[in-house]
Amino acid sequence: MANTIKVRASLSGDVVTVKALISHPMETGQVKDKKTGQLIPAHFIQEVVCEHNGAAVMTAQWGPAISKNPYLSFRFSGAKAGDSMILRWVDNKGESDSAETKIS
Amino acid sequence: MTNMKRRTLLKGSLAAGAVSMAVTTGLLAPRAVLAAWPKEAFEAKSVDDALNSLMGSNALEGSDKIEIKAPDIAENGAVVPVSVSTSITGVESISIVAEKNASPLTSSYVLGPNTEAYVATRIKMGKTSSVIAVVKAGGKMYSTGKEVKVTIGGCGG
Amino acid sequence: MKKLLSLVAALGLLASAAPQMASATPESDLKEFRSYYAKRFPDTPFNDYINGVYSIDKASREQWEAIEDFPPYELDVEKGKEMFNTPFKNGKTYASCFPNDGVGIRQNYPMFDSKTGEIITLEGAINACREANGEKAFKWEKGDIAAVSAYMAYTSRGNKMKVVIPSDDRALAAYERGKQHFYAKRGQLNMACADCHQWNAGNKIRADLLSPALGHVTHFPVYRSKWGNLGTLHRRYVGCNKQVRAAPFPAQSDEYKALEYFHSYMSNDLEVNGPGARK
Repeated sequence: MANTIKVRASLSGDVVTVKALISHPMETGQVKDKKTGQLIPAHFIQEVVCEHNGAAVMTAQWGPAISKNPYLSFRFSGAKAGDSMILRWVDNKGESDSAETKIS
Repeated sequence: MTNMKRRTLLKGSLAAGAVSMAVTTGLLAPRAVLAAWPKEAFEAKSVDDALNSLMGSNALEGSDKIEIKAPDIAENGAVVPVSVSTSITGVESISIVAEKNASPLTSSYVLGPNTEAYVATRIKMGKTSSVIAVVKAGGKMYSTGKEVKVTIGGCGG
Repeated sequence: MKKLLSLVAALGLLASAAPQMASATPESDLKEFRSYYAKRFPDTPFNDYINGVYSIDKASREQWEAIEDFPPYELDVEKGKEMFNTPFKNGKTYASCFPNDGVGIRQNYPMFDSKTGEIITLEGAINACREANGEKAFKWEKGDIAAVSAYMAYTSRGNKMKVVIPSDDRALAAYERGKQHFYAKRGQLNMACADCHQWNAGNKIRADLLSPALGHVTHFPVYRSKWGNLGTLHRRYVGCNKQVRAAPFPAQSDEYKALEYFHSYMSNDLEVNGPGARK
């Protein structure tokens, strides 16, 4: 799978603003395929975790009501430039991806 | 914080039975096992049921210390930008609920000790409804809501 | 019958409001077009028209900006960049087909090809490049073609639209065909592009505010939340024509190429800001 995660982590003082965009269909399971008339099976991210220095700074639990190609932003303190940060997601089919980002 | 962790642990062990079965049948990759996704809360049909299931209570206390940013009229219910921030201290989690969605709970965010009480995302809304932010802090649940109108546009294309 | 009569009366009114076709030149059309919008929306600065409906819709602008802060099309721009820089099987890349290696050239399209007498859209040039290098052409409306086009627009952001109509009868004829399409009524609803996006820009059609045609082309391709993916300008033309219950023309048909030629010329001197996010 190509990288599904785009992350921006920008430092101001010691506060990091994280903005992430994930490529994912976020299918609710309630939408019909226009061509076949069949329901498109539910396929959505259930958890997004962001870790800094080995500790979770954000654990997001999502249902199917998060928009397609989801966006998430949050802020945390106690970081310095050059620190690395890992963001990863897991969906209801067990698919997952992760991305490491240097804070700048 | 300890409360929250204990809850997650409990949920994790409760869910373990079903999950291990899914693993043996190859439905889930091992990585997914770590997640204790609160299925019941996300599938609940009412705000009360969702909150009861997620946090063990639906006793919300209105608060003017929570700010929700969301449009008055959503351009498209499939993509409604929402952000929540609060000046309440010791926030453990922030949850975003769309009251009239078939399953109202959209998402829940557990914050780390150094994480600011702020989160922004984009949600789907089925119809005009109140968007409710639920902030858990010090074992209490605070909330505020904002009405977002969802309209059917004229220009499908 | 009464309904029909009032419709006919309304048509007469609208027709009389259309610019005179005969003596107009592209230059005089452009001047008139711009001054129409300047009068209609005196509070909108010229370069703000690149933001489409948001240049005149303050209420929606904030949520649009929230999405543009980290727009879903960034994933497509990245994909487009990768495709743009990946060599074809023969070792060449897209850069070999374009002036300035294909970077920062969006504003020059569509352009008139004096050899063939045809209008070349950016998407047309992308597919021509593929075929010239032994690759299969992409489908026209979405997917790969939109991603490459989006990347090329992205590298052109800030450049001002510079569509040229040379003094060649064939170029002028294409321009006139495009103009004709823009002002001609079509479909069961008997509406022209201009009915919505010129004469009624800023008015509501059901819950939607109609965008000004000035600046339309600068932000394409667009990621529409309704589509859930990126689409080209011609995909939008197809949608618009269906919307007035007219049979749409195929993407990249002569009809739509001519329309894009006119439509883009009317946005000359506005900055390219594509791709864009839309509802």
